[in-house]
Amino acid sequence: MAEISIRDVRKSYGKDEVVHGVDLAIYDGEFVVIIGPSGCGKSTLLRMIAGLEAISSGEIAIGGKVVNDLEPRERGCAMVFQNYALYPHMSVAGNIGYALKVARMKRAERDAKVAEVARSVGLDEFLDRKPGQLSGGQRQRVAMARAIIREPEVFLFDEPLSNLDAKLRVQMRHEIRRIHNRIGATSVFVTHDQHEGMTLADRMVIMNKGTIEQIGTPEEVYDHPASVYVAGFIGSPSMNFLAGTVEAGVAAIRLGNDGRIDIAAERAKALDGKLVQIGLRPENLSMVAPGAGAITGHFEFAEELGSGRLYHFQFEDLTLTVLSADKHSFQPGQEVGLTADPVHVHIFDGATGARLDTLEPMRRRASLEVAQ
Amino acid sequence: MIERTPILNIVTHTILFTGLAILVVPIYLVIVAASQTLPDVMAIPAKLLPGDQLIVNLKAAWVEAEFATKFTNTLILATGVVVGKLVLAALTAFGIVFFDHRLRMPIFWMVFITLMLPLEVRIVPTYAVAANALSPFQSILDVTGISWLINATTGVEVALNWNLLNSYTGLIMPLVATATGTFLYRQFFLTIPDELVEAAKMDGAGPLRFLREILIPLSVTNMAALATIMFVVGWNQYLWPLLIITDPAYGVAAVELSRLVPNMNTTGGDIPNWHWAMAGTLIVMLPPVAVVILMQRWFVRGLINTDK
Ligand SMILES: Nc1ncnc2c1ncn2[C@@H]1O[C@H](COP(=O)(O)OP(=O)(O)OP(=O)(O)O)[C@@H](O)[C@H]1O
Ligand SMILES: [Mg+2]
Repeated sequence: MAEISIRDVRKSYGKDEVVHGVDLAIYDGEFVVIIGPSGCGKSTLLRMIAGLEAISSGEIAIGGKVVNDLEPRERGCAMVFQNYALYPHMSVAGNIGYALKVARMKRAERDAKVAEVARSVGLDEFLDRKPGQLSGGQRQRVAMARAIIREPEVFLFDEPLSNLDAKLRVQMRHEIRRIHNRIGATSVFVTHDQHEGMTLADRMVIMNKGTIEQIGTPEEVYDHPASVYVAGFIGSPSMNFLAGTVEAGVAAIRLGNDGRIDIAAERAKALDGKLVQIGLRPENLSMVAPGAGAITGHFEFAEELGSGRLYHFQFEDLTLTVLSADKHSFQPGQEVGLTADPVHVHIFDGATGARLDTLEPMRRRASLEVAQ
Repeated sequence: MIERTPILNIVTHTILFTGLAILVVPIYLVIVAASQTLPDVMAIPAKLLPGDQLIVNLKAAWVEAEFATKFTNTLILATGVVVGKLVLAALTAFGIVFFDHRLRMPIFWMVFITLMLPLEVRIVPTYAVAANALSPFQSILDVTGISWLINATTGVEVALNWNLLNSYTGLIMPLVATATGTFLYRQFFLTIPDELVEAAKMDGAGPLRFLREILIPLSVTNMAALATIMFVVGWNQYLWPLLIITDPAYGVAAVELSRLVPNMNTTGGDIPNWHWAMAGTLIVMLPPVAVVILMQRWFVRGLINTDK
């Protein structure tokens, strides 16, 4: 059993604190993706789990055992690095089997294992090559095999796919998920690519500036973003945001001069008079006749996505995007009505950016209670 | 910068050939003199074509200068310097680059300062130390009063003594402890990506294992370059052996060569044996040349570091 529990972990470099008190519980066998913009402390957190970076304060336990003072090799983790970090002077077989060699496994036994693991990732033809003679994808596989062969309790990935081209990246992503399903080791995967994160994760951890913004399944994170930040970060094309004021009398949020988004009456009553940010995903907006919609936008241009089109509208001084499978041909400047289904209106506090939704705060804490 | 101007071509080639001539002509003259009889060497005008006495002269020089012994000694000296330096420099650079400790920068600067203190500059104190390698410790004991204390309590007079004059250890040690090798290694170690170090940590390799199985194999070309330079330096040692070796059994080639170049004392006023001196020069030149030719490919690769 290798659940990972992270309690109030902080990291400072000199006086700069870069990870500010992170709490996170990862279940045995779970695939957790840590996602966030560059410099938010994802790698730092991962490296603290691995033991490559000292923990400034707080506690990390793997399988119930506090590992703060353990060497990397004693933690039972294997790591796949962004640039693969293969030993350039060793053959593929040497690279894959190095950990076993260090662990003093007998030659014959080791060779058999290397062959088996290499076969499982499709590398058996390349065992005698040096890493320099392999393609990027093959090197990636060697890095994976090197981690797999140790039969680790915990798999750590730090943006392992970011050096591959788009097609190979998707292919390797599937492969990683397949390997995870087969081996069942607890996996922590760092990325800043939301597609990668959404498709791989059992649960996602969204980080921002050294803190966790939200923890949840990809679906939860997408459907109930905990803050404006998460809402804007997850989802592509990204969410539209509008500032407005709640008016309980008409059960709506008033936007700018003449816009109005209807919301459920009891929600409006609870938030009466509040300044809010509303978030509307492009796919939840629809286009209607001018005047018939909640707001009236002026058409700017459309982007062809193949499966649909992304329409850009000007509303007051904002740009709104609408994703639709329908093919319209509007003239630039043409007025189009836009409406939103009340169910899909995300409402956030205008000042703090936190979600104004009774369901949400509970969901954000849920994971922690299980950890204790 | 590639330009196709004939004038520039001519100028650069003239410079190159002048440089080549400055290097090659003396060597040619050595070969000429080494292959003639003594009267021919002394003839005026000088004869600029090689004679047929080369083998005879080489043999005579080899016997006269006792090169059989001297070559062995010089080989021990040069090899000792090479091995000592490779090991010491690798360990020092390893400590400076891969360990995050408080003494890291002080040690780095101490090593750096030794660059400004080559053997020639500190030759007198170094000689004093070689005469008694334990004298620094003796001084410490004397100054702190410990020797007095021991003397007073046990009646034993403390006199540490370890003489390195006329020994291989004395020849080799002062040449091993210099900074150049450390810097060459350091520059190379700094190019090793952090991820590689971390991967080794994750695989469970301790520091010594990492040094032995990953760093050293990766730095073979650097080591070859360093070894080549150090072999030549060690082989050509003159001043230091001249100073500390008085027993001919430990004499080295370069010093012996200078004895072969005759002066009034050795010949008693006769004509000096220039042809033997030149033949001896040729013999002494050969091993470094051989090493450089042998190591050339590695040497260049190690210094420009392209295969990574
Ligand atoms: N050794 C270090 N010394 C000082 N600051 C550091 C060090 N390593 C990282 N940092 C800082 O810590 C913060 C988090 O870095 P980290 O590498 O965890 O970011 P990241 O989320 O992985 O970003 P990316 O997506 O670009 O890899 C950054 O602001 C970075 O400048
Ligand atoms: Mg990172």
